[in-house]
Amino acid sequence: MTEQSSSEKVPVTLLTGYLGAGKTTLLNRILSEPHGKKYAVIVNEFGEIGIDNDLVVGADEEVFEMNNGCICCTVRGDLVRILDGLMRRKGKFDAIIVETTGLADPAPVAQTFFMDENVGRKTKLDAVVTVADAKWLSERLKDAPEAKNQIAFADVILLNKTDLVSADELSDVEGRIRGINPYASLHKTQRAQIPLNAVLDRNAFDLDRILDLEPTFLEEDDGHDHDHEHSHEHGDHDHDHAHKHGGLKHYHDEEMQSIALRSEKPLDADKFLPWIQDLVQKEGPSILRCKGILAFKNDDQRFVFQGVHMILDGNHQRPWKHDEKRESRVVFIGRNLPRELITEGFENCVVK
Amino acid sequence: MPGNADIPSVVEQTRLIGPLDGGVVNAHFLGRTAALVLGDNAIVLVPPDGETRRIAAHEGAILTSVTDGARVISGGDDGRVIETVSSGETRVLASDPKHRWIDHIALGPDGTIAWSAGKNAYAQGKELRTFEAASTVGALAFFPKGFRLAIAHYNGVTLWFPNAAEAPPQTLERKGSHLGATVSPDGRFLVTTMQEPLLHGWRLVDSQDMRMSGYTARVKSFSWSADGQWLATSGATQLVLWPFPHSKDGPMGKPPRLLTPSGHRIEFVACHPRNAAVAAGYDNGMIFLTRIEDGAKILARKPSDTPVSALAWSADGLLLAWGTEGGEAGIIDLA
Ligand SMILES: [Zn+2]
Repeated sequence: MTEQSSSEKVPVTLLTGYLGAGKTTLLNRILSEPHGKKYAVIVNEFGEIGIDNDLVVGADEEVFEMNNGCICCTVRGDLVRILDGLMRRKGKFDAIIVETTGLADPAPVAQTFFMDENVGRKTKLDAVVTVADAKWLSERLKDAPEAKNQIAFADVILLNKTDLVSADELSDVEGRIRGINPYASLHKTQRAQIPLNAVLDRNAFDLDRILDLEPTFLEEDDGHDHDHEHSHEHGDHDHDHAHKHGGLKHYHDEEMQSIALRSEKPLDADKFLPWIQDLVQKEGPSILRCKGILAFKNDDQRFVFQGVHMILDGNHQRPWKHDEKRESRVVFIGRNLPRELITEGFENCVVK
Repeated sequence: MPGNADIPSVVEQTRLIGPLDGGVVNAHFLGRTAALVLGDNAIVLVPPDGETRRIAAHEGAILTSVTDGARVISGGDDGRVIETVSSGETRVLASDPKHRWIDHIALGPDGTIAWSAGKNAYAQGKELRTFEAASTVGALAFFPKGFRLAIAHYNGVTLWFPNAAEAPPQTLERKGSHLGATVSPDGRFLVTTMQEPLLHGWRLVDSQDMRMSGYTARVKSFSWSADGQWLATSGATQLVLWPFPHSKDGPMGKPPRLLTPSGHRIEFVACHPRNAAVAAGYDNGMIFLTRIEDGAKILARKPSDTPVSALAWSADGLLLAWGTEGGEAGIIDLA
């Protein structure tokens, strides 16, 4: 009765990336271009972002752990405070942008929307947008875990300042991004020049719109086997493989990967749902994001779900269409994911 | 919904106000004049007979408000602490130099005002004192006696004597985010509401912890019964009352009293100032008055639209003001 439909909720875009990557340029474009929309902006109180807008609020980026004693179940408490406060001015703006510093982990921000009922009732996370500097990203991906987090978590990636790198360097960094997150929409830009509708109103966290699950290129589809058992034997974490592949170098990030699973046979809901719950309970700290569309046996409805670390959100979405392939697809992005365990677990849920 | 037909009702005794733009976020009484605090920038004064008046107290949204029965003191996203009296006059009591949001306000027993903006807490007695918490202040609560302030933040609460620079602040630790705080009227217990759907309490004499759980939602509203023996709370589909008897252990090891089960969640509670009864507002707009002793209830508002977001009793307990998120409001005359 009091649940607001998702279209009435105020959309929130999370804008992440290092200082100097072009985040401020993008933000200023969003605020100044004549699109007729008004944005409230939540910035890091210690940030150096210079923007001209009367609805700018400074936030403390500190996160706290939920009381379950788990290190991955963190919330940005200040975001709860500020979103609660901003919602009192509802009607004065159309959408909210949360800017985070280059050191921030996007997960606590996303989890805030799932874990705080008040926030989740009035606002919705629209998309995580990561702005990356083409020249510096390769280096950061080697030495900075937060850079990988931001790439892994992104729904939209702006690979900015492409004019400052050679074609070879660009292809290299693009390959590295795809090695971590093949699912985000990737835009190569200069001076953050991008149509704003590629960044805003994406509905990437909307369960109804979960469906951009097709990776730009899927590991399974590329025709050769990249299993490298040796990678767990040695301690070199910067060990990458590169393969030339359709002009784009194909990297396997040793630490951060994605796993895509699919089944043309229906799944057993009584097996799948307990399995995924149990999986995220055990492996939550290493799973950054997961999402999926599921075709359950004896169920005419598509079931969609997504999760951040240990938190899952799932629902029946709509009836399967007659001309639609009833296929289940699930994607995990995370750190050192137990690939075999996840694959076997998923296959056990397929109705034999 | 169980049939409300057989339940006694005071719905007919309601003077309807509104709808009020911005929604009602809190309610107070200044004598017999109701003060309905709106989410935008205004306080609507409703005298017992006579026209309602909309006072534009702030230049932005009102984030917090308290009363001592003579004045409403509010904090806003305009960085101001404003006093409003029943005549409608307003006065700026403080202004944050950096225009930061005034998130919380507490009123001390001697009229001292404390407020917070971000990590900073301020207490204005004869002189202005400041305290910087380890993280953003989640709540402020004065002790009933003595000039002592409880400042809630991440991972605990700090007890601060603003006038005693030599007395080091004491911190009671508990992991998590504390978003509300209250000291029992006898001054022996401190209770916080947390981000999770639970309360945490401390017996102050020995810092012994109490965990008070079982809610389905974050507890956003709490109220002490007139005799100080019960803490009424929102956040569940029944009225949850924690016993604080005047015994050594207080609520330790005692289960809460659960009254008026319904299919809807309680969003706001206000204990009657004289009798052992509680007004509880639900997420479907319904309001019940419930007697603590036996759970007997009276319907004060039928289910209707948006959640109840404000309830307040006049000091004599004869008037009850209510408001909803959608801006509906009313004054019930129980005399
Ligand atoms: Zn966790």
